[in-house]
Amino acid sequence: MSQLVFIAFQDNDNARYLVDAIAEDNPEAEVQHQPAMIRIQAEKRLVINRETMEEKLGRDWDVQEMLIDVISIGGNVDEDDDHFILQWN
Amino acid sequence: MPVKNKKLNLKDKYQYLTRDMAWEPSYQKKEDIFPNESFEGIKITDWSQWEDPFRLTMDAYWKYQAEKEKKLYAIFDAFAQNNGHQNISDARYVNALKLFLTGVSPLEHAAFQGYARVGRDFSGAGARVACQMQAIDELRHSQTQQHAMSHYNKHFNGLHDAAHMHDRVWFLSVPKSFFDDARTAGPFEFLTAISFSFEYVLTNLLFVPFMSGAAYNGDMATVTFGFSAQSDEARHMTLGLEVIKFILEQHEDNVPIVQRWIDKWFWRGFRLLSLVGMMMDYMLPNRVMSWAEAWEVYYEQNGGALFKDLERYGIRPPKYQDVANDAKNHVSHQAWATFYQYGHATNFHTWMPEKDELDWLSQKYPETFDKYYRPRFEYWAKEHAEGRRFYNNTLPQLCQVCQIPTIFTEKDDPTVLSHRQIVHEGERYHFCSDGCCDIFKDEPEKYVQAWLPVHQIYQGNCEGGDVETVVSKYYHINIGEDNFEYIGSPDHKRWLSIKGKQSDDKESGSSQDAA
Repeated sequence: MSQLVFIAFQDNDNARYLVDAIAEDNPEAEVQHQPAMIRIQAEKRLVINRETMEEKLGRDWDVQEMLIDVISIGGNVDEDDDHFILQWN
Repeated sequence: MPVKNKKLNLKDKYQYLTRDMAWEPSYQKKEDIFPNESFEGIKITDWSQWEDPFRLTMDAYWKYQAEKEKKLYAIFDAFAQNNGHQNISDARYVNALKLFLTGVSPLEHAAFQGYARVGRDFSGAGARVACQMQAIDELRHSQTQQHAMSHYNKHFNGLHDAAHMHDRVWFLSVPKSFFDDARTAGPFEFLTAISFSFEYVLTNLLFVPFMSGAAYNGDMATVTFGFSAQSDEARHMTLGLEVIKFILEQHEDNVPIVQRWIDKWFWRGFRLLSLVGMMMDYMLPNRVMSWAEAWEVYYEQNGGALFKDLERYGIRPPKYQDVANDAKNHVSHQAWATFYQYGHATNFHTWMPEKDELDWLSQKYPETFDKYYRPRFEYWAKEHAEGRRFYNNTLPQLCQVCQIPTIFTEKDDPTVLSHRQIVHEGERYHFCSDGCCDIFKDEPEKYVQAWLPVHQIYQGNCEGGDVETVVSKYYHINIGEDNFEYIGSPDHKRWLSIKGKQSDDKESGSSQDAA
């Protein structure tokens, strides 16, 4: 059986950059657009990198800023100053 | 010499907050300070292993929460100033909000009380900090939901006395008793029940597809509070998973205790969510996905991945998961049929779906809807059209544990009602399922005390013996305004006049409601 991790964001301007960054760093991830939300799922692991986000935004970005736009997640969380990782072991 | 202030990294900040600001007691015994930590049999050998993966500290917490609130209230203001209620898909939708405000928002408040209490019960500082933040979050959810819906209260019926109704109304004893059960358990069971089983495994089903549905029905205020609350839930869910892993890693003796709690709270949560299934399939005029589809994504798929991850601790998927998975094709229809029959005793309106809505249900539930439910619904619609709107005047038998009327059917035969009974100390008790019966057998001394609304009415504890008196005097439901069929209701007339289709305002003074 496949083990999918997922993350869902409000469909807003901030999320656009998050989705771009995630798509770039997780080429195998599937992006699903639903009313008012964007859900991204991937097999076993999904990462958000601060560096990629800062490139997309053109400014400093704190990983915890994602807390404002996230709706839900599935998977074990590992967060530090440089990345946010969701994974199943 | 001024030294440049080096910024602490996340891990260090979290470490300072949850370890270095705590202390070991010197003149009182630890077990006297935290007397509830051991009676459930959970063994904690090292609290320092507790880790919040978000590593949220108070400064960051206030900063991000303040930002969320500013965004949220800007939208509430815009919604109210622009008469947002006029732009929803259909006024039938508002009935889902009535159920939400009376059934769900008070649970947020109960969760606030629960976390405030259990936060005091743990000797580990990391757990105390996590519970404190979650308590504040839950209070925020309760308040923002009431603020969001106060606008609807100005324009629609049934939203005027939610807290009072939550404590008394027959179907609201289902959510109320769920949280009362959790709050009267020990601190570790509370966390397993609410943080893990409810938040992690099941709340996605409430807050994600339903709120997406609210957006699809033009309800800007609700989708915004829903997703704003859910942004906190993402933290709560993470915490729920960490809590379970933490408890399981502490001692092998914890495994069977946690498994029993997972079994219990999965089943209780699944039963509670019957209400949400009905809201999604019947109360959203524009539908996003069916309850069965939501169950497949958010329980079967996500829950499957989760329980596979927990296998290495010796945890298996919840008992009776197979029954719950099978029920995804039935529960929403069975619940709606029940509320339709008892629409004289609810603070919201009920109706039979229109033809295109029935077709949608047939398409989404090809195995069950046409065979078991559609003929009954078409019969009721026909009866209504001929002036005989059906109301059931017999009070239903309730399950002693989940408190839902025993309306659900057997897994292997949807034509047979599922009913279990046992005799305990000379009294006979009734249940909707093996799941609920097992919960009773584990702790009969707790569930014999259940406050069952139907029993209370028959015992004369609800200000009257007839439904009308109970509904108006005891529940504070305004008869002829809040209850009965949607078609022809004051809400329906108001909606038609908003949409300029037909202004019946002058006629609405005379009571035309079915009784």
